[in-house]
Amino acid sequence: MGLARFLVRRLLLTVPVLFGMSVVVFLLIRLVPGDPAQVILGLRATPEGLAAIHRDLGLDLPLHRQYAQWLTHFLTGNMGQDYRSHVPVTVLLRQRLPVTLELAALAMLLSVVVAIPLGVAAAVRRGGPADRTATLLGLVGISIPDFWLAIMLILFVALELGALPSSGFRPAAEDLLGNLRSLILPAVTLAAGLAAVVVRMTRASMTEVLSREFIRFARAKGVRERLVVYKHALRNASIPIITVIGLQSGYLLGGAVIVEQVFDLPGLGSLTVNATLERNYPVVQATALVIGLMFVAVNLATDVAYALLNPRIRAQ
Amino acid sequence: MATAQESLAFAPRRRRFSLARSRNASAGALLAGLLAAAALFAPALAPADPTAMDFQAPFRGPSRAHFFGTDNFGRDIFSRVLYGYRTSLLVGTGSAALAVAAGVPLGLAAGYVGGVLDHIIMRPMDALIAFPAILLTIALVGVMGTSTAVLIAVIAIVYVPIIIRTMRASALAVRAEPFVEGARARGASDLRLALRHVLPNAIDPVLIQGSILMGIAILIEAALSFLGLGTQPPHPSLGLMLADGRDIMRDAPWVVVFPGLAIMLAVLSFNLLADGLRDVLDPKGGA
Repeated sequence: MGLARFLVRRLLLTVPVLFGMSVVVFLLIRLVPGDPAQVILGLRATPEGLAAIHRDLGLDLPLHRQYAQWLTHFLTGNMGQDYRSHVPVTVLLRQRLPVTLELAALAMLLSVVVAIPLGVAAAVRRGGPADRTATLLGLVGISIPDFWLAIMLILFVALELGALPSSGFRPAAEDLLGNLRSLILPAVTLAAGLAAVVVRMTRASMTEVLSREFIRFARAKGVRERLVVYKHALRNASIPIITVIGLQSGYLLGGAVIVEQVFDLPGLGSLTVNATLERNYPVVQATALVIGLMFVAVNLATDVAYALLNPRIRAQ
Repeated sequence: MATAQESLAFAPRRRRFSLARSRNASAGALLAGLLAAAALFAPALAPADPTAMDFQAPFRGPSRAHFFGTDNFGRDIFSRVLYGYRTSLLVGTGSAALAVAAGVPLGLAAGYVGGVLDHIIMRPMDALIAFPAILLTIALVGVMGTSTAVLIAVIAIVYVPIIIRTMRASALAVRAEPFVEGARARGASDLRLALRHVLPNAIDPVLIQGSILMGIAILIEAALSFLGLGTQPPHPSLGLMLADGRDIMRDAPWVVVFPGLAIMLAVLSFNLLADGLRDVLDPKGGA
């Protein structure tokens, strides 16, 4: 099977998953006690007012018709508007999504740049200083609560040293340096957990590959050690490493929820949390689906990376 | 139990393992045991009532009288951490136990029976697993409220797909082993095959996953409480202490340093235990 057919099949498989997710989100948010009309009207709520708003928002329809309506609107690019501010949800997403994506990308970059060389060095010299560092990072990184790491960074790096801002966000278009400075601490926080998982997997996978015959053969042939490690071994050890990075990207999106909250960043995570608390149905539905979509996209990218690295997988 | 008379192909004897064979496992088990004891005997160990305010002694740094210092109300942080552990460990063990109890039968059924049942069990799990756990937890807590029992149930619901997947994959692998075929050829019923032959030989990865889950559950309880969606005051919770401490941390850094270290220590102990279990149970080190 060629790469194109493989891609098409994988894309088609994501359709039922996304459909299922949209149903789950739709039902879940409606199960949450609390009436959006009550939130909109607040203390001014009267039975007539509530009924009028229900009618306006289509909340008086039976659930399956509400869902059908939402789905047709969604498919035509209309995600509805924020119940409170009446801003179209698409506009909100355009504002918030780039912040979360930039944060997640920085965290991903940071953790990969640290974790892969460290994991490789640990596997090459078992028991050495790099191995001990890798083991420690692997254990502490997955055990440290991300919001606590965030607080510690704010307390000791931002407030005590005054080195970096403790909260807030600067858009890159206005001030690129300020933008990076405002994202360094959040990205470090988010990167810690990912780096831990990647360093463990790199170490384990490289250790396994380095013990194989073809590595001994390459060394015996006189291939330079750097080439043996980084070309022969790492390429063959890369599939489990890429898998774990793909799986953990879901963790990045989830972790972003908390990190954005602590550092007061205007991203998708804080938007979702606040919209959930306010029963802002259109916003929650759209953000949850976008997060799910990103998750599916990353999974797809992971599969494509496999197929490129190991042509045998395409055949299955 | 398979005996020589019954079969030609033997079920591998359950490896007897002792935690002492792995340094990680013994360190993790010891640490987890110590913390559990500290939580259990908190009333006897705590030097002060965790909720008692002492307006004569606010913002005291760590000292012999107050190991971890006091907060803005003069409450003893060390005592509050001990009581906070009660909530953490209750949620950690409770939700992991619940997830394993629900996930093992479902995963076994999906993996052993397969076919339509496999799809009925696994497809909803695929949709559930596609969401970031913390968002799902927030939504479920919104539906069900914020008591400790609800937190346990919610965390179990969010992580049950992982237990089911682990159990299913492991059951699928064991089902194909020759000793299962051997037992089947001797006329063992499906139920007996699944429960007596497949389950005991397929459970190890679930135990490892369960140990990891205890650590994750402690982290989630703390994170939810930190966001104001978990344990509610006046119940002591390490996450809640961190949320309260943020406003005064410039004057009293110990109010945020110690509760966070305490959470990390608890999570670390379960992760060490999981690493050790993996060394002992699965020497090949499958990922």
